[in-house]
Amino acid sequence: MNRHTQSYPRFLWTALRLSTDGSARFYVWMFLLTAVALVGVNAWAHQVAQGMELTGMTDHVSWGLYIANFTFIVGLAAGAVMMVIPAYLYDDREMHDVVIVGELLAIASIIMCLLFVTVDMGRPDRFWHIMPGIGRFNWPISMLTWDVLVLNGYLLINLHVVGYLIYMRFLGRTPDKRWYLPFVFLSIVWAVSIHTVTAFLYSGLGGRPFWNSALLAPRFIVSAFIAGPAFVIVLLQLVSRLMRLPATPGAIRTLSRVLRITVLVNLFMLASELFTIFYGGGSHAASGTYLLFGLHGKNGLVGWIWAAIALNVLSAVLLHLPASRSSYRLLNLGCALAFVGVWIEKGMGLIVPGFIPSTLHEVVEYVPSLAEWKITAGIWAFGLMVLTVGLKLALPVLKGELSASKTGSHADAGSAAE
Amino acid sequence: MDPKRRVTLKVLGATLGAGAFARALAPIWDWGKEQSLDEFLQKHYQELSKADLEQILRRLEAKTEKEYGKKVSIRDVRPQEGVEFGYALNLSVCIGCRRCAEACHIENNHDRSTNNSYIRVLEMKQGSLDLEHGNADYDHAVPAEGKFYLPVQCQQCDNAPCVDVCPVQATWKESDGIVVVDYNWCIGCRYCEAACPYHARRFNWKKPEIPADEVNPDQAYLSNRIRPQGVVEKCTFCLHRTREGKLPACLEACPTGARVFGNLLDPDSDIRWVLENKRVFILKEELGTRPRFFYFFDG
Repeated sequence: MNRHTQSYPRFLWTALRLSTDGSARFYVWMFLLTAVALVGVNAWAHQVAQGMELTGMTDHVSWGLYIANFTFIVGLAAGAVMMVIPAYLYDDREMHDVVIVGELLAIASIIMCLLFVTVDMGRPDRFWHIMPGIGRFNWPISMLTWDVLVLNGYLLINLHVVGYLIYMRFLGRTPDKRWYLPFVFLSIVWAVSIHTVTAFLYSGLGGRPFWNSALLAPRFIVSAFIAGPAFVIVLLQLVSRLMRLPATPGAIRTLSRVLRITVLVNLFMLASELFTIFYGGGSHAASGTYLLFGLHGKNGLVGWIWAAIALNVLSAVLLHLPASRSSYRLLNLGCALAFVGVWIEKGMGLIVPGFIPSTLHEVVEYVPSLAEWKITAGIWAFGLMVLTVGLKLALPVLKGELSASKTGSHADAGSAAE
Repeated sequence: MDPKRRVTLKVLGATLGAGAFARALAPIWDWGKEQSLDEFLQKHYQELSKADLEQILRRLEAKTEKEYGKKVSIRDVRPQEGVEFGYALNLSVCIGCRRCAEACHIENNHDRSTNNSYIRVLEMKQGSLDLEHGNADYDHAVPAEGKFYLPVQCQQCDNAPCVDVCPVQATWKESDGIVVVDYNWCIGCRYCEAACPYHARRFNWKKPEIPADEVNPDQAYLSNRIRPQGVVEKCTFCLHRTREGKLPACLEACPTGARVFGNLLDPDSDIRWVLENKRVFILKEELGTRPRFFYFFDG
């Protein structure tokens, strides 16, 4: 134990140095992200001081862009585990090498989720009220308290697995399976739980017929397994190109296979949902009508949702073209379209129509304000910073370049990890 | 690059970054100066001792006087034993004049600039109770031909979805059936607003504006004191009045006598007479929320 009290601070110090070393391109990238993040911080500071009147939200549409992004990114975090399942459940060797990429994406995503919840709070200064044991935690009846538990739990599990693997490599020791494998399997179950709980936040509300559907949680899981793999497929190519690592065609092939199934299941579920809403009709169909066609002359979401449907259908077609198996360009295009399609469908296309018409059937529309866009961009930028730094730390480490015995002569590890 | 130079540049970059961060956060520091440490550390209403509460009420009175320029009295009014409130509304006589909404606005110290009220009156098509045919934004002489009027406010549900979903127990049902909010405990997540099937909750999107001479100085901690920015509020059946034997402001303002309020546990009360002699109904009964707010038609 005594050894660790000395080597762990040294490890952290090396990590700090490594994560801030890089090429000019790295510094430009981080500088840009910092700038966007700071714009977000400033917009948020104004929002706290002046109140949430700076947003486009009202008592009619009381959740907007923040909660839409939150919902989508919980899915991204859960979908990242799609790397872990083949690697460990099916013992896919090549996946083992890159599984840490998925875990880092999960970490960055959860941090973004927590930030989106924070910026949506009217009184962030009272955050301690929601801390178990210190505040008044309304568990188990409030689904939001479940979300606090599962999101933070997922963050800790992934931080532990990633941190442990990196630290062991730093010490030059073989990781002890007993210290990480149980957590890896736990993270698989946990990933499903974070998105299920997030769906239950909405589907449990009897007064909101648009959300009050048993299909919501399965839809969330399926669309998570679009967003996660789509992002990781592109990320893996970027990582191997920018960090000069060997390409990982096997991992990309596995993830593409997953994606080809989930894009279709997602469309099927959307169609089932729409059938149920519209076949019977009546006032239950009001939100769906507003979303797809507009209601009482108001049609703020019509463009969004048809864009989402078009993107989702197009990505499904692209990903099933035989050419997408040989052409990374086509595959990447399919991934990008699917990612944006799900972002709209699950964000603006799911959260906002839950409020329109309102529970008294008033049709009040919502348009995100400039402040909301700034804050949203800022959080995405910060998430990308976390991911970039995490990848920088993890990859040279997993290539064996960082270890306690080598820390002295180390000038090149950083530049290799640009 | 020379490692020493690199470290120097990094330290410089970090310093600049930290400086920019502090600068970006500047509006929060100014806002923070208005918040007191006592307020930050204040415990949940149900955990406060009598002495704690006394101190808090005085602090809130001083704060109101400083910020709104009016001397007010803020009391802690508790529920009475053997009382459960119920409210009924006669839709046959309501003419949709919205005096109730206006009385609520004044009584409960609502923000003047948004003309907020806990009551929304829907103009409904005769022959339908479907809210989809309602309109809350009517602007013409009332009552209009072929219409009836449905005022909706907090239904004080016995099985209240808003209470269940609150992550911090900032809202709860009191023993007399009134659902209240501790405005100093609410974190402003607005989950209750999403959960309420009756559009009964309001959020303070900004700090309420009320001219000093319009502030109602008779206030209670759990009801009509001026709410802070960033928290949720709702109708409390005017508990600062009703728990002391008076009637809700909306009832007193009603020119037609459509509103009936009283103790459900008192067999001689008017509300009991209505429940026993009229065919009453509740809104969205199928949701299982069990409202304490009843509607009826004559005849």
